[in-house]
Amino acid sequence: MTEALMFSIVIFVLAIFLGVELISKVPPLLHTPLMSGSNAISGITLVGSLIAAGEGHGGLSVYLGTIAVIFATINVVGGFLVTDRMLGMFKKDKKTESKTGTP
Amino acid sequence: MNVPATFAYLVASVFFILGLKFLGSPRTARRGNLFGAIGMLLAIIVTLTDQKIIDTTYIIVGLVIGSAAGIIIARTVQMTAMPQMVALLNGLGGGASTLVAYAEYIRMPESPIDVLISIVLSVLIGAVTFTGSLIAWAKLQGVMRGAPILYPYQKQLNGLAVGVMLLLGILFALDPGQWYLLLLVLLLALALGVMTVIPIGGADMPVVISLLNSYSGLAGATTGFVLSNNVLIISGALVGASGLILTSIMCKAMNRSLANVLFAGVGSEIGPANAETVQRTVIRYTPEDAATMLESAQSVIIIPGYGLAVAQAQHVLHELANFLIQRGTQVRYAIHPVAGRMPGHMNVLLAEANVPYDLLLEMDQINDDFQNTDVALVIGANDVVNPAARSKKDSPLYGMPILNVDQARSAIVLKRSLNPGFAGEDNELFYEKKTMMVFGDAKATLTNLVQLVKQ
Repeated sequence: MTEALMFSIVIFVLAIFLGVELISKVPPLLHTPLMSGSNAISGITLVGSLIAAGEGHGGLSVYLGTIAVIFATINVVGGFLVTDRMLGMFKKDKKTESKTGTP
Repeated sequence: MNVPATFAYLVASVFFILGLKFLGSPRTARRGNLFGAIGMLLAIIVTLTDQKIIDTTYIIVGLVIGSAAGIIIARTVQMTAMPQMVALLNGLGGGASTLVAYAEYIRMPESPIDVLISIVLSVLIGAVTFTGSLIAWAKLQGVMRGAPILYPYQKQLNGLAVGVMLLLGILFALDPGQWYLLLLVLLLALALGVMTVIPIGGADMPVVISLLNSYSGLAGATTGFVLSNNVLIISGALVGASGLILTSIMCKAMNRSLANVLFAGVGSEIGPANAETVQRTVIRYTPEDAATMLESAQSVIIIPGYGLAVAQAQHVLHELANFLIQRGTQVRYAIHPVAGRMPGHMNVLLAEANVPYDLLLEMDQINDDFQNTDVALVIGANDVVNPAARSKKDSPLYGMPILNVDQARSAIVLKRSLNPGFAGEDNELFYEKKTMMVFGDAKATLTNLVQLVKQ
């Protein structure tokens, strides 16, 4: 096993634990935006897609890469935009003096 | 190692981590999403300046088509359709991972064995995510029947498929010249995605979407191993963990194990499991009765179920709640974790109808308050308020956490018909003396109630 691979595995495991810590604190209220937002982040595969599509050797790998760029871009752009649209709808009750009874 | 690029990817990763952290509170969530987008933009720019990129023609074509489609989808999608949108995006992310890994093999067939193993895993996980998500999308969108499609030896077949794929993958990694081995893994993985999702019923989709969310993250992380790119590994791992947590939360809220959701085919039988139960009658009340009851109440808790969203009655409900609040009634909403078709879905649907989020309370926050509440108003919900989950040991619902509607002083249930819920279990609550059943379309009934309360 190469040193670089070992290092990558270390990062992977630590990032999973970090993810668990971060996500456990998100209230159910925000689970849908969390999901679409994290979904957009998983579109990071776009980075790999760009390299595959841009290598300039032509042929199958570039075509596959281009399709990957389209897929991943929809994932990223659609994901972040729809999350923003959703989060824009969440508003706090302004009439704090009203008798809504929230503690 | 390209030091500036590595450093920039690290900064992008930090943005993703902060973004997820800020998504944890409604006040900062929008900023969190923006942080995620900034991290992504940074990663893209750094990649485009990479020396490996020679020709940007195809990149630009891909980015333009993808952005246009992404913008259109994000702008036009209905909030009720969010689950299928997320399923679709999951699938595209998984598909991209598969394509990148496959392209990498075509480009460099003689890679070291650890890269080849990563390629196999990336192709496999990505392809399962891709077809699995497309099936989930088709079921939620109504393109396909939502009911489970069962086939014999389901577990065994899927297990066999996984075993064969791993075997083929190992053979491939040992001898990457055998290109057809990777192609077979790809085809089997595409088939496995279909086979694992078709037996799952529509109402179990929150679990499936969460799980596919996790897969799409893992697919991204394995692609990171293929390209030795840490930003992919980190963000993939974060998303993988996020999906897993949501999956486990959903399973707990339905009191089912993941295996039960994936393999049991719940919801395949039409009609209740215990059809021999004695026919009992409920008293039908009119909207006028319900209005009188609501007007005299000091405190009301509203329990919205998916039936509310199906009837598109969120806005009318909000109107009714506002009239009650103006009269001085305390009004709050109790949200069960599985209300809706994905985690947190009901909150988004109510937020869209301008319900302030501080009135939306989680089950644990509000369950003890039902006993001091005059009226619990249940709209289009059934299983999540069924007391059988607490008492009836042989019920499929037994053990599932429910909202304590039966402890409220009285209950009003708006429902289309007396049909049992998804679990096929008769609901004792509907026959209780303190329960007022009002049948009909939720939107029509609520509109009627608004008129009556207004007077």
